Amino acid sequence: MYKACVFGDYDSIYGFSAVGLDIYPVTPETAEEEFQKVCRAEYAVIYMTEYYMALLKEETEACEQKLLPAVVPIPGIFGNTGDGIRRVKRMVEQAVGSDIIFGSEY
Amino acid sequence: MATTHVNPTRMELTRLKKKLTTAMRGHKLLKDKRDELMRQFLDLVRENKALREKVEAAILASGQNFVLARAGMTDEEVNLAMLSPKQEILIDEKERNVMSVNVPVFEFQTKSNDSGDIFPYGFAFTSADLDDAVRSLNDILPDMLRLAEVEKSCLLMSAEIEKTRRRVNALEHVVIPETEENIKYITMKLDENERSTQIRLMKVKDMMLAKAHHYETI
Repeated sequence: MYKACVFGDYDSIYGFSAVGLDIYPVTPETAEEEFQKVCRAEYAVIYMTEYYMALLKEETEACEQKLLPAVVPIPGIFGNTGDGIRRVKRMVEQAVGSDIIFGSEY
Repeated sequence: MATTHVNPTRMELTRLKKKLTTAMRGHKLLKDKRDELMRQFLDLVRENKALREKVEAAILASGQNFVLARAGMTDEEVNLAMLSPKQEILIDEKERNVMSVNVPVFEFQTKSNDSGDIFPYGFAFTSADLDDAVRSLNDILPDMLRLAEVEKSCLLMSAEIEKTRRRVNALEHVVIPETEENIKYITMKLDENERSTQIRLMKVKDMMLAKAHHYETI
């Protein structure tokens, strides 16, 4: 059995602990070290705030081609940067060759 | 003109013909794989887009409630309220095979199924905004897990589609034309050899006839 966790700054993620997800509050300095720890643990899904997703780009990309864990960007408390939806847009571009789903919305 | 040097022999011709049949078959199969993957990918990615928009909006809304809750309570109170979560989520991961791409399927169980039983704190010392925030997060949780599943599937499938597309293109534009050209070259070369042998034989026959009967053919 796997679990799911949330990774990001404390203010953005502390609420998720109430609904049963493990939380990993980090600061930009400790992010990389903590992420390695999270990767080693048995998590099927890692929700990560967009800010840290951008910060740990290389590390998260290493997880991309593996079946587990699934790293999913979520908006932090400072608002939605649109990175999450742009990531999906990039997938469409990679697969189809050009974006046929999103158009110029994003 | 063949770019690579090929031996104009029958053995080579048989080999190349076999290679061409395999390449054509592979091309057809890979093309079918690509089309089916693409169809499934597009369905998934549409779902992904809708889910993501929904989840992002919900998380932002609950984030606002959390900010309000923190404004109305001290840090210690908030920390205390969140200290020992009641709810726990366990994910059972299975694999699904979509056109030879393994994608994950998540099934999740919660420790308590009662949606009224999610709050890990008593209501006496916490603000109502905290309740709203936790409830809205709890409502969106199934969608969040589905989003993780769909997004991971999309990611794995898009990489596979790209790979398959490259393979199809390589077969269609490089391997198949090249093999066809080589086959054509060998066939022509062999035909040419056969004709020259024939002519040589005819010439020899003429020479022998001329020698034996002393008459000239035209």
